[in-house]
Amino acid sequence: MPIIQTSRKMKEMQVGQVLEVLATDEGIKKDMPAWCKATGQEFMGVDEKEGEYRVFVKKLKGLE
Amino acid sequence: MGKEKATIVVFSGDLDKVMAAFIIANTAAAMGKDVTMFFTFWGLNVLRKSILNLRAPNILQKLFSFLNRGGKERLPLSKFHLFGAGTFMTKLLMKIYKIPTITESLKIAKEQGVKIIACTTTIGFMGLSRDSFIPEVDDLAGASTYLGEAFDGKVNLFI
Repeated sequence: MPIIQTSRKMKEMQVGQVLEVLATDEGIKKDMPAWCKATGQEFMGVDEKEGEYRVFVKKLKGLE
Repeated sequence: MGKEKATIVVFSGDLDKVMAAFIIANTAAAMGKDVTMFFTFWGLNVLRKSILNLRAPNILQKLFSFLNRGGKERLPLSKFHLFGAGTFMTKLLMKIYKIPTITESLKIAKEQGVKIIACTTTIGFMGLSRDSFIPEVDDLAGASTYLGEAFDGKVNLFI
C-alpha cells in the first residue's frame, strides 16, 4: 500500500519536491527503489528505526 | 499511448487469490503501467451483484446461482475456508493489518485507471447479463480482446 499512496501523492506534488513516506512494511526498502526506477523519480534513501521506515523520494518528472 | 501494458486474467474467485490480483494490478498501475484485469469463470463473482440470478434463461443456471451467489464481499478462501471461518478470519486480519478489502482495492484500481473486463463466454453459460454486474465493470468482452491486450503487454498473469 505505501507505494500506491506514494504514487497518488506524487501526482499532486511539483517537480523538485521531496516526499517523506512512513511505512511499517519492510518490503519498501526494495519496492521504493523499484518504483522510482519504473517512474523516473529519485530514491533518496531510507531511515530504519524500530520497525518503522522513513523513505525519501524526490519528484524529478511528471507521472502519467 | 506509450505506457507499458500488463494483463491479468482473474480466473479464481477466491478471496486470497483475488486480493493478490488487485495488489499486483494496483501496484503496476502505480508504476505507470496500463493494466487490464480480465475476470473469467469464478473471477466473475467479484464483479457480480450479490443477488440471485433468477432472470437466467434456464433452470440449471438459476439453480447454479443458488450455489454460486457472487458478490465481492462473499468470496471464499482458497484453503481453510472451513464453511466461512477462513474468510471471516482473513477479513479480520486484513482489518487489523490495514490491508485494503476487495471493495477498497477495486475502488483504488478504478481511480488508477485499471480496466475491469468481464468475460462474455462465462456470462453466456452462467446466463448472466449486464444487469448482473456492478457499475465498476468497464466492458464485457471475450478471449480475443484479452489476447489482443496480452500480446501487446509485457506482463501477463493468470490468477
